[in-house]
Amino acid sequence: MASTFDVIIVGGGPGGYVCAIRCAQLGLTAAVVEKDKLGGVCVNVGCIPTKALLHSAAVANTLRHAADLGITTGEIKTDYGVAMKRSRRVAEANSKGAEFLMKKNKIEVFKGTGTVKPGRKVSVQAAEGTKELTASKAVVIATGSRPKDIPAIGLTFDGKTVISSTEALLRESAPKTLAIVGAGAVGTEFADVFNAFGTDVTLIEALPRVLPVEDAECSDVVAKSFKKRGIRVHAGAKIEKAQPKGGGVSLTFESGGQKQTLDVEVVLVAAGRAPNVEGLGLEAVGIALEKGFVKIDAKLQTSVPGYYAIGDVAGAPLLAHKGSREGIVCAEVIAGRPTQPIEYSNVPGATYCHPEVASVGYTEETCKELKLEYAVGRFPFSANGRARGTGETDGLVKIIRGKKYGEILGAHVVGAHATELIHELVVARANEYTVEEVELAIHAHPTMSEAVGEAALDAMGRVLHL
Amino acid sequence: MATKVVMEALSPTMEEGRLVAWKKKEGEAVKAGEVIAEVETDKAVMDLVARADGVLRKILLPEGSTVPVTALVAIIGSADEDIGNIGGTAGPATASAAPPAAPAPPPSVPAVPSVPPASPVPPAPARPAASMPGDGRTRSSPLARRLAAEKGLDIAQVAGTGPGGRVIKRDIETAGTAAQPPSRPTAAFQDVPLTQIRKTIAKRLAQSIGPIPHFFLTSEIDMERAAEARTALKARGDAYAVSFNDIVIKAVALALRQHAAVNAWWMDDHIRYHGDVHVGMAVAVEDGLITPVIRFADRKGLLDIAREAKELAERARARRLKPDEYTGATFSVSNLGMFDIDEFTAVINPPEAGILAVGRIAEKPVAAGGQVTVRRMMRVTMSCDHRVIDGATGAKFLQTVKLMLENPLAMLL
Repeated sequence: MASTFDVIIVGGGPGGYVCAIRCAQLGLTAAVVEKDKLGGVCVNVGCIPTKALLHSAAVANTLRHAADLGITTGEIKTDYGVAMKRSRRVAEANSKGAEFLMKKNKIEVFKGTGTVKPGRKVSVQAAEGTKELTASKAVVIATGSRPKDIPAIGLTFDGKTVISSTEALLRESAPKTLAIVGAGAVGTEFADVFNAFGTDVTLIEALPRVLPVEDAECSDVVAKSFKKRGIRVHAGAKIEKAQPKGGGVSLTFESGGQKQTLDVEVVLVAAGRAPNVEGLGLEAVGIALEKGFVKIDAKLQTSVPGYYAIGDVAGAPLLAHKGSREGIVCAEVIAGRPTQPIEYSNVPGATYCHPEVASVGYTEETCKELKLEYAVGRFPFSANGRARGTGETDGLVKIIRGKKYGEILGAHVVGAHATELIHELVVARANEYTVEEVELAIHAHPTMSEAVGEAALDAMGRVLHL
Repeated sequence: MATKVVMEALSPTMEEGRLVAWKKKEGEAVKAGEVIAEVETDKAVMDLVARADGVLRKILLPEGSTVPVTALVAIIGSADEDIGNIGGTAGPATASAAPPAAPAPPPSVPAVPSVPPASPVPPAPARPAASMPGDGRTRSSPLARRLAAEKGLDIAQVAGTGPGGRVIKRDIETAGTAAQPPSRPTAAFQDVPLTQIRKTIAKRLAQSIGPIPHFFLTSEIDMERAAEARTALKARGDAYAVSFNDIVIKAVALALRQHAAVNAWWMDDHIRYHGDVHVGMAVAVEDGLITPVIRFADRKGLLDIAREAKELAERARARRLKPDEYTGATFSVSNLGMFDIDEFTAVINPPEAGILAVGRIAEKPVAAGGQVTVRRMMRVTMSCDHRVIDGATGAKFLQTVKLMLENPLAMLL
């Protein structure tokens, strides 16, 4: 195996392996150093297996209301262990897919822990020994992030009663009672899954509402749906302490001005992620950090020329698709090819709990803070024929239109298939179409996408079906 | 339906135009895109083209008169159509041959909030047909078109930085804030915010001399080898004839590529470092001076530069340059050698940060290695904008220019 490459990428997640493919496409030789499985958190213990479990949850919930559709079922029984095993097969298939892509693109994969060294070198420590690699053009740091616990209040990961998303994904059974700390994308998705598998779920969020980075109207729809399904939601709550109690955990927290205690079998901490910057050799090379993340410039280069950083380790938003895009841009910068700078306000957000939430651009709150002049267009799925047909009438499409130029300042969808529906508006915003161009597109009937066209019309004061 | 022919803004800074000559007579058939008149702008003589097919029914402006941009100058219609009421309403505006007291309104396209533009190209009566690149379409986003319309900017004059050169929102925003330079460069560039020390240097130097704090660096260059190379080339035939000025432009362009700090514009609140090299070449014209630009000069061969320089100089003297041919230089060269000037200082053409003044080449006794020999020598003086270029920076650049001219092979490195 060669030891010199044009580009060496430390980390084989959705940032790193995509960067490697783009390097190969541009005629550069690339190597990926990965200590675990290719695909990173996303493929192995993140995006992909959770989507498999969420599908199990959705099917269970649909079957519970099957009588209404004219379908008689027996008693609905769920088995988290079986669903978990299926989700592992899905993750495994995706990781194998990434391995195939490396082979196809003639990208060398080194299994081991990578450490960056001065002179664009990377040493790889593996069971069979240490190997030194040299990059002739660039080293790319793509080491990702990991779940963060909160030891200050007694929530220290122990893998059994205080767990992260990783352990939650690998459980053989659903717990009887579960508290989830943090109602962001991870917290709400697991609340959805475990609720469907019969767990008594309590969701606790420090900020005033669930999915705090999303538009408030979307948060409201999710919170209402959760409450209807029996998920207890405490938003604006402050956890004081967590203590072991009878093989489980006792949480003390303040919610709605009242002190409460809650005894649960398991606590899932989903309150943020920490970048993997330790033990990487960053200090020895002189690579600077900023707020804990690797500091990068507009060209994704770190404070040391020849060293780049992409994905979670390089800062927010911590999303797989943001990391992949940075990987592409990074490869193009290294190859000296023309590239388009990343417009971070165009990175879509997607949460797959039911109802799903997806967005691009600004929330209405942000528009207010920025003192932008805007008009809001809304269209509820309860007025959409297709959604009525499938019984998925919860939710709406919301488009925030700049008053002066018709700019799509923000677009938000909450409802079934929201994470798919948003992309019409993602394409529109990325290409600077105004709300007028969105409305100009003819939307097929009957589709849920019609709600997008109607929301565009509503933003201009011309809604038809409301 | 009859179409009004109006005075168009044929250069980015044009406010009024003088009608030099009508190329079509009343009653003659015209096609869209065909030249109907020649118009002298503030910079050059340019073509006014028909925007519709038909017959040139009425000429409302006699040759030699000057009108503001957007004024009605003629009417195109079908042969038998009644155009009485159109000419009547516009009559007074066209009769005046004197420049108007107030500046002409910008030829903006008002934004219509609820009606999307029907075509991918906005109606832009102000776009000079002559400067349209490629297929004549300007790729732009709908949002950029609306912003441009609001600002009264001609989108065809804005350099696009989106995919495939598409004009996008950020291009309009930068075009709006930096209205100073007459046109946008076509090249990629990097804007670097001013550091405090740079701001202080700029302020203090500006207070000490003039609006641009110039300083000058002079160097004497041995042109013996360049002259030999030039003679050898010329011996191969006229097709290989290059001037000393062409060689200087090539050397300057290559040196700019190496010294990015000199290839820059002073933008008042920031410095713009250009990714591409466009060398302006001062050309004396009958009533003044114009600086046509050799674009991407660092990437062009000497023969291409020679051909382009000759062609641009000829058209400059004939006042036939298009706006994009005399704007956007990142550095300039001025040569008075042909007037037997030994050395001189040239004035910087803002927002550029430097200009190289080139004197004549003359035989001189030169002492080298303890012996006096006769060599062909040339003196060059670089004027630098001290806000952008510091002494040592300019000196290093000049050193590279000298190295390349004294050892022409170095240009191949």
